[in-house]
Amino acid sequence: MDQAHLAEAVERYLKGEMDPQERHAFEEARKNNPELDQTVVEYQFFFDEMERYGTIRRFKSNLYDTHHTLQENGQIKDLHLPASTRILNMWTKYRRVVAVAASIAGITALLISGMISIFSPNRPIRDLEELRRKVSNLERQSSNQRAEINNVKSKIAPGTDVRFGGTSFLIDPKGILLTSAHVLNGAKKVYVQSNDGVDYLAEIVHQDEASDLAILKINDEEYTAPRSLPYGISRNRSELAEPVFTLGYPKDEIVYNEGCLSSKSGLQGDTMAYQISIAANPGNSGGPVFNRNGEVIGIISTRQASANGVVFATKSNNIYGLLEAIKKDASDVNIKLRPYSSLRGTSRSEQVKKVQDHIYMVKVVLS
Amino acid sequence: MIRKVKQSNPDFESFFLLFCGLPSLLQGINACKVAISEQELAIFRAIGKNEKRAIESVYSENYGLIQHFVIANNGNEDDARDVFQEAMIVLYEKSRSPEFELTCQIRTYLYSVCRRLWLKKLQQARRMETPVEGLEKLIPVEEDLEDHDKLNAQYLTMRTAMGKIGEPCKSLIEAFYVHRKNMHEIASFFGYTNADNAKNQKYKCLMRLKKLFFAQYKNN
Repeated sequence: MDQAHLAEAVERYLKGEMDPQERHAFEEARKNNPELDQTVVEYQFFFDEMERYGTIRRFKSNLYDTHHTLQENGQIKDLHLPASTRILNMWTKYRRVVAVAASIAGITALLISGMISIFSPNRPIRDLEELRRKVSNLERQSSNQRAEINNVKSKIAPGTDVRFGGTSFLIDPKGILLTSAHVLNGAKKVYVQSNDGVDYLAEIVHQDEASDLAILKINDEEYTAPRSLPYGISRNRSELAEPVFTLGYPKDEIVYNEGCLSSKSGLQGDTMAYQISIAANPGNSGGPVFNRNGEVIGIISTRQASANGVVFATKSNNIYGLLEAIKKDASDVNIKLRPYSSLRGTSRSEQVKKVQDHIYMVKVVLS
Repeated sequence: MIRKVKQSNPDFESFFLLFCGLPSLLQGINACKVAISEQELAIFRAIGKNEKRAIESVYSENYGLIQHFVIANNGNEDDARDVFQEAMIVLYEKSRSPEFELTCQIRTYLYSVCRRLWLKKLQQARRMETPVEGLEKLIPVEEDLEDHDKLNAQYLTMRTAMGKIGEPCKSLIEAFYVHRKNMHEIASFFGYTNADNAKNQKYKCLMRLKKLFFAQYKNN
């Protein structure tokens, strides 16, 4: 059987045109001869494809004819438009869509600009809880009571509305304190309370919203300046994973917390701040962040509300920048910072003992 | 005053459609379980049998919609025809496929297929723009189009092989397999002395075509 005859036989076999006897013989041959079987399979696929090709071709020509007929009968019309009216047409067609798109764009622009103004570091950030403390009525009462019981000469008249608490620390023994600017928002009067519970009247020397830093000066004759401060303010950048600790007043007594530096930038890449993994609570705002040498590397400012243990601290080198600014507009305040710490090499508890007396609670009187 | 109210209505409507229509459009993907009328099914089956009247009715009822869609989305008259005819072929293939069951209106099916096809073409031409036109119902047709792409690739393989085979084989095979002429007609048309001669010639041609086809098939 030559190839052409084989092809014919296979086609007849596949189309079922063989009589039973021939068919039986062919199937027997197919069973005994794998080569033939393979050829039949190939042909089967090929003829199927050929058949399909033919039907699609017929269908296509039918479609083509239909298109032609319908076009001649006017049931299909070309939408050809001259270029100029086409643009006009597009305008009339999309006018509403354009209006909607424009209004959506407008709304989006407003939303974005709104969000930028909300999230820009100059303003309190919504996602952040400022760590100033709302002194509740109860706490206020108890502190007033304690003040009376201890006969401490509180300068805050009983019944004064003390609203917010924060932390501050001496940067100059003359009574110059550093704290967070947001702690002082809306303050009429500021008192600072030392670790041993004595209130001193203080005045705001400078407030810088951008770096969230503020400088207070104790203006009280009862204040006795320490001879020197044990800690310095670091000028250098700190490294990731450096162990840090902080002292602050989330309650009426000083509280120690420790953690580590987890990122060199703050919220959304804010390079003025560090991210610190530490437990901080309302009232810790303005507290110093010390490294293992007892140098201040940052000032606690905000924490991320949506995450745990994510606290942002303004970098300490901003303090130097702030002092430059103060020198320009208030030349009578002469502040000298110590860049080095005398706490180097001492144990943590030793460091805390020496440092804690220079950390003050900030009490803000709003009215 | 009344005029004014009347004029402002369509604007509201378009806003309404844009904001409320989109969700309902997405819902439309699943909301396709409408009862299909017997007539619709009959037309669908007739398409698979390549019946001219059915093709004509589907063509005349739906071409305008697709034409409008394509032209409104950066296409021209020819694009519209190509896309529509390809969708008709998909419909044809589906009608012939025993596994396929028509679960929505032919119009919805065609529109969904055309939309997908045209989007694909726009993407290939890198003038990707999300279509603004059309709040017609849509159904998911991705799988159907994958099937179609496969079949279409085989169709193109055969077409390439046919292009390479040369005359008179091409005309001879086309006469038999495409135009369904019988061997006697072919013999007299091509000038063979009898049908058997034509048949022999046909099988010789087929063997060459088969070789070309499989060579092409393995290439892809």
